[in-house]
Amino acid sequence: MSRLLPHPLLSLALAAMWGLLNAPVTPATALLAGLVGWLVPFVMRLLRPGAVRVRAPGVILRLAGTVLVDVVRSNIDVARVILGLNAGTRRTGFVSIPLDLRNPTGLAVLSIIVTGTPGTLWVQYDSGTGRLLLHVLDLTDGDAWVRRIKDRYERPLMEIFS
Amino acid sequence: MTGADVPVWTACLVVVLALTGAGFSLVGAIGLVRLRTFYERVHAPTLGATLGMALIVAASILFFSVAEGRLVLRDLLIGVFLTVTTPVTLILLGRAATYRDRAEGNPDAPPDP
Repeated sequence: MSRLLPHPLLSLALAAMWGLLNAPVTPATALLAGLVGWLVPFVMRLLRPGAVRVRAPGVILRLAGTVLVDVVRSNIDVARVILGLNAGTRRTGFVSIPLDLRNPTGLAVLSIIVTGTPGTLWVQYDSGTGRLLLHVLDLTDGDAWVRRIKDRYERPLMEIFS
Repeated sequence: MTGADVPVWTACLVVVLALTGAGFSLVGAIGLVRLRTFYERVHAPTLGATLGMALIVAASILFFSVAEGRLVLRDLLIGVFLTVTTPVTLILLGRAATYRDRAEGNPDAPPDP
């Protein structure tokens, strides 16, 4: 953002973390939290991360809600698969998804979402073609998975990190 | 931290949350044994890293908040850091297995993306 505050989001996160670790917050810990949040991001400058701009807070909240529901649902699905509660045969396999999302931070968040929902595994991403290979534990319809990833996660992420 | 000073309803709720979370983690561990291929098996431990972890963290937050008489959100950090770092390990494992399977020319090796 500026010379004085290079990564405002990181500063905020660090200060919040310091406050949580030292709760209840006293004036002394609040001062230290502010100092940590202000000074540590200067070390980050040596790593030269790209500037991260986040837009559309409403979309972030909606995406968080979607992911929360999906995490709970897929946890129960995978638990059923493991315990053998599902009737019929289960097919497992790889799905290739053409991604339009190119923002590195957006892709990192997508990998967290994919990993955080059991039943899908991020196998390989080809930055040249923009294709993502997923392994799906319960693969009934490959096209449905492509649509699910693109509609539910990729589109909101592109709005947030546009 | 004896737990003697929390009301019964809190204790019951904490037990239900912690046991459900532990149950999901246990099912994940069972999956490591029951599933057959590497790519199937690697899905199982994520149960403990997601919903299992979230429920146990919720139980911990509830217990300490009631015991100390204020909102204790310290444990949320465990959830945040676990969620952010799990993909690193899993993607590393997945890539290693993919590389090995392709190099050995195994029939069930992942196709190109």
